[in-house]
Amino acid sequence: MYTGSLRSLIDELGRLPGIGPKSAQRIAFYLLKVPDEDALRLSAAIEAVKEHTTLCERCYNVAEGGELCAYCGDERREAGIVCVVEDPRDIVAVERTRQFHGRYHVLQGALNPLEGIGPEQLRVAELLSRVKAEGIHEVILCTNPNLEGEATAMYVAQLLQPVGVRVTRIASGLPVGGDLEYADELTLGRALEGRRDVER
Amino acid sequence: MTLFKERGVVLRSYRLGEADRIVVFLTESHGKVRAVAKGVRRTTSKFGARLEPMSHVLMLLWAGRGDLDIVKQVEIVDHFPVLRGDLGRLTRGLSLIEVAEQMAQERHSDPRLYSMLVGALRVLDDTTRDPAMVAPSFFLKALVLDGAEPVLDGCASCGLSGDHVKLVAFSLPDGGALCSNCRRGRPLSAPALELMRRILGGTLGNVLSGPAPVGTEEVTLLTTEAVESHLERRLRSVRSATGI
Ligand SMILES: [Zn+2]
Ligand SMILES: [Zn+2]
Repeated sequence: MYTGSLRSLIDELGRLPGIGPKSAQRIAFYLLKVPDEDALRLSAAIEAVKEHTTLCERCYNVAEGGELCAYCGDERREAGIVCVVEDPRDIVAVERTRQFHGRYHVLQGALNPLEGIGPEQLRVAELLSRVKAEGIHEVILCTNPNLEGEATAMYVAQLLQPVGVRVTRIASGLPVGGDLEYADELTLGRALEGRRDVER
Repeated sequence: MTLFKERGVVLRSYRLGEADRIVVFLTESHGKVRAVAKGVRRTTSKFGARLEPMSHVLMLLWAGRGDLDIVKQVEIVDHFPVLRGDLGRLTRGLSLIEVAEQMAQERHSDPRLYSMLVGALRVLDDTTRDPAMVAPSFFLKALVLDGAEPVLDGCASCGLSGDHVKLVAFSLPDGGALCSNCRRGRPLSAPALELMRRILGGTLGNVLSGPAPVGTEEVTLLTTEAVESHLERRLRSVRSATGI
């Protein structure tokens, strides 16, 4: 149908997550139509991010223009407590709570036995050596509350057990603002397990 | 469009768009069914955790015109909290799911595979039961269901049988157990042979009730390889480093 540069643009766009062939075509024609400088700003942004963004040498979060990410480079963050997440985007979510002031560790994924993703594909060994080297006293497992995330949390907890560090798992339970009667058994069961004393 | 009620086990799911998932079920009366669960990835979804892999559910489905149904409502039959809370049991559960997904056919009723899967998951969810023999037993029974029953009462190659014939090797591509003249594949010990006979001979409940019997590890290896050769693919859940 299309040839040359237009074809390859559509192909490249179609490779992006969540973009099907139809959307790829639509975006390609949009880029063709907008003023040159608008389209080139996008390509410049892609180039810049590929050039300046690296992975943090300590925690594997994205880092810009340096060996350490913004959190690892921040002296005010508590070094003894580490929040383990699957993906750099999860750091953004945790940061929004403003309740965590320690450091992070990004596993770059989760265990997925059905897809053949094992611990060797994740930054698990790196976490283990960090705990030993950095004097970490608590590891908070902040992986997703789904099957893969739970499996990952159990695996990491098992691995850290002999090290003697305190390992905690974020509580899972009911969404604030939700109705109890719509809660599923698994979520409500977890919420019961994770119940706490009410301050009086 | 028609609405129908169906029982099923969630085999897996794939992300779709912003907040949806395509969920693959092994159902009681329609075999493998793919359906869209809208909004399931939102924390406020009415489905909650009900559509996580391995959940056994009763659901209401809209049958669309294409091969994708739409999940309207879901109720939990079993959510297997013990199985989900133990990495060893969870990994075993996933290996059953993986084999069931490979063997089930889309829209092709196979109530025996479905009830075998539910039964095996229930044993894995029972803290009083040892989980070690669940997966190998399931693998062996699934092979029988799929028309690949291994020969265990004589040599699969030369046909010799009787008490004087020692069966010393096992190879599913060669039909099952093999005598010393025909030996190929893996060596087979007497306890392992006996254990496989018990699984297929109607005393499975017995095998699964006590502590892991002698030969468990060997039978696990033999049945895993047998299923892999039958399906012509590696079992990822078993081969990953957290596997059985
Ligand atoms: Zn960092
Ligand atoms: Zn023979």
